Amino acid sequence: MNAQIAKLYGLIVLMFAVLIGFTSYWSVFDAQALKQQRANKRPLLEQLQVKRGTIFADDGSLLALSTREGRGAGRFYTRHYPQGSLFGHPIGYSFLDRGQAGFERYHNDELVGNKSEFSSILEQLQGHRQQGDDIVTSLDPAAQRVALDGLAGRPGAVVAIEPRTGRVRALVSEPPYDPNQIPTDFAQLNRDPGSPLLDRATQSGYAPGSTFKVVTATAALDTGKLTPDSVINGSSPINIEGIPLSNSGGESFGPITLTDALTNSVNTVFAQVGEKVGTATMYRYMDRFGFNAKPQIDLPSDELAISGVYDNGHLLGPGDPIDIGRVAIGQERLFVTPLQMAEVAATVANGGKLMRPQIWNRVVDPDGRTVKSLKPAVQSTVMKPQTASELNGMMQNVVNDGTAAGVFPSSMHVAGKTGTAELGTGREGCDLPNQAWFIGFAPAEDPKIAVAATIECTSSFGAQVAGPIARSVMETILAEGG
Amino acid sequence: MRSARNRELFALLPVALLLTAGFAAVFVQEGSRQLSNVSLVYGGYFLAICLATHLYLRVRLPNADPYLFPLMALLAAVGLVVIYRIDESLARDQANWFVLGLVLFALTIHFLRDYEVLERYRYLIATLGIALLLAPRLPGIGQQVNGAYLGVKIGPLAFQPAEFSKICLVIFLASYLREHREVLIVGARRVAGVTLPPLKHFGPLLVVWLASMLMLFYIRDLGSSLMFFAAFLALLYVATGRLSFVVIGMALFMVGAWFLANHVPHVEDRVDVWLDPYKNAQGTGYQVLQSIFAQADGGMFGQGFGQSLLYIPGSHPPIALLPAAQTDTIYALIVDELGLFGAAAVCLIYLLIAARGFKTAIIADDGFSKLLAAGLTAVFAIQAFVIVGGVTRVIPLTGVTLPLVSYGGSSIVANFVLLALLLLISDRARSHLAAAEIREPLPVPS
Repeated sequence: MNAQIAKLYGLIVLMFAVLIGFTSYWSVFDAQALKQQRANKRPLLEQLQVKRGTIFADDGSLLALSTREGRGAGRFYTRHYPQGSLFGHPIGYSFLDRGQAGFERYHNDELVGNKSEFSSILEQLQGHRQQGDDIVTSLDPAAQRVALDGLAGRPGAVVAIEPRTGRVRALVSEPPYDPNQIPTDFAQLNRDPGSPLLDRATQSGYAPGSTFKVVTATAALDTGKLTPDSVINGSSPINIEGIPLSNSGGESFGPITLTDALTNSVNTVFAQVGEKVGTATMYRYMDRFGFNAKPQIDLPSDELAISGVYDNGHLLGPGDPIDIGRVAIGQERLFVTPLQMAEVAATVANGGKLMRPQIWNRVVDPDGRTVKSLKPAVQSTVMKPQTASELNGMMQNVVNDGTAAGVFPSSMHVAGKTGTAELGTGREGCDLPNQAWFIGFAPAEDPKIAVAATIECTSSFGAQVAGPIARSVMETILAEGG
Repeated sequence: MRSARNRELFALLPVALLLTAGFAAVFVQEGSRQLSNVSLVYGGYFLAICLATHLYLRVRLPNADPYLFPLMALLAAVGLVVIYRIDESLARDQANWFVLGLVLFALTIHFLRDYEVLERYRYLIATLGIALLLAPRLPGIGQQVNGAYLGVKIGPLAFQPAEFSKICLVIFLASYLREHREVLIVGARRVAGVTLPPLKHFGPLLVVWLASMLMLFYIRDLGSSLMFFAAFLALLYVATGRLSFVVIGMALFMVGAWFLANHVPHVEDRVDVWLDPYKNAQGTGYQVLQSIFAQADGGMFGQGFGQSLLYIPGSHPPIALLPAAQTDTIYALIVDELGLFGAAAVCLIYLLIAARGFKTAIIADDGFSKLLAAGLTAVFAIQAFVIVGGVTRVIPLTGVTLPLVSYGGSSIVANFVLLALLLLISDRARSHLAAAEIREPLPVPS
């Protein structure tokens, strides 16, 4: 019988080998796929057990924090947003049932303290419980508040960026939402006709109107095709692509320098400039400014809109049939985000270099040590410093003598550009004709802040309604010493 | 063989240390601020109880296998620590069961020194085994758990009779096969190239098959009937050496199980869930899916004690994320918290126990001892395979316990009785071996 007993043992060894084989399959080889199974709530529930890091504003105000409920293995953390609707955009939210959005989602790994398996084993051996890192942002609650108050319930957005670093100081979308209400009122917020969950600063594509002339002027000046003093015929109307184009109010300017054309926002001049520069060159400069690609800001890519020329939801390229003359004055089928226009202003302000816009500033571990800090990075060199300096001067003229005259006190030394896209009445959800814009920066000789402000639905011009918002945001930030 | 007991003593020390370390680890993870000496106290108690058992063995069974008891104590220690991590009060129960198990262990050794008396009562024992199995269907005392009839409750005393009946049935089979193995082998005829056992002697074995089918039908538990029938086939193979008997037996079982799977709703569910747990992920498939998800979380090294989520946080009343973590799915919890390595170590302990048990069977010098040792070892290992296989989806998940690790008094007590029988056989076999060695020294190869 001994031979049979030995064989039986062999069989049992084999059976246990199968068990270990299956165990390794589930626990190691198939583990990633299992964690993604919809029936598997463990990964989400486990994140709830980790104390998620706190998010701070630049001045130390709390933007998002987690509080513990329950004890031991039954503990879980819930997220709170002390600033309510002030920072719904861009901070977003993080809840078990509704998932995550915005900054919370983009920085999830840091906030839950995800590390490599090896280092988490070391931590475990040392008795550390996984804990998330805190993040200090560059957002300025005062600027955020002033911008939201300035929009005063009118749908629109404001973005403020520090030109030299790309640090985002304000990112506001009206109407806002209170992330604390997400767990209970998500369905209602989602149905709301005012679309409060939509971050208009980064997700809405608007007609930029005349603010886009800054991009057109950049292409013309930087390629050497024109100088600020080049004279162009500013009559109205002028045929562009065979269709007559008029200036605002039908005003005819006659021969006029490029500087004066920007100061007075002369459509006919810039449409000709666009045609002169050509589609390929216009696209080259748009690309450098960040158009036609996802913005490089630290927000989830699928929550960001691409600025560019669209046809029925399709982004058009330089090879597509485009009326480049009308693109050059911000018409045609050009749609831009407020974030993109703030980047345009910031690029001119920073001597032609576009800094990658970032909301985070520092990551701090639970022991208070700074794990990493933002190193400002050049996203692209858009134009020569010479070109930027010429544009800076031209944009000062806009504020001093042009379409934005009287909006800013001269002591602020603001450079800027207004825009009023005339979209006509009868648009969905809006009875008023205009999309009002202002983009600019201050102080012009040493820019500390660049701002884009826009209001969706108004009968007023950019200088009248968007200008004052930009002004109060700039004043607030400059008063803090930059 | 004083050295055997000394080896046992040395082997027990690391077991007690492991238990102490395990309790300490659970304390640390639970975030208890006073890392008190409680873990040391538990470790001390455990060591003291094991030492007492060891001293008892030193007196009563000085020559018994030195590793079986420490290995089983090791499993019990793993179980205690994991159950302690689930629920302190459950661990206290389990510790009491552990002590009771050792008392029954000592009593078995005391009263069954001449264990061949068991042979004399084999039909009585078989009847007792069957009665125990069917008891859960009796009105008044029987209990249904998750569709299977596995529990019995008489007054305050609740237990799972299947745990005890497995020992009864192995005793019966060992005795029956010892007597009939010759005729089963000699009387076999070859029909169409297949070796068939003689019908006359095979009758009682057909009865075993019928019994396990009835069991499947009556107590509706695929797990225990699989375990019983596999143990039966293992013994049949050991006794006769005829693989064809095993194949025929397996075929019979498959046919019967397939038929019942289509006609007994509970068994049918278990098989369907095994084939596709995602079909009803929130219902019947929940337990096996959650146990697999828990394993996926464990990875190579596990999350550490106390890190596995057993309940959905914040749910009132608590909704289990790993149902029956202290019994059926305890292996999944071990994979989650101790990782693939920890789980493989647990599997290895079972294999080591099986190795010592089969070694005992090999050196035993009479047929009954051989078959009894082999049968007890096989049923122990197969039980572990059935539940671990269920949790890892190798076979359908059923409700048998992971021997000595799962929470449950019946399981602990029955397995210590099983261990006592193994040690009794081992003590006699090794005494004979030692005596033989003294009388005639090993032949020197010429």
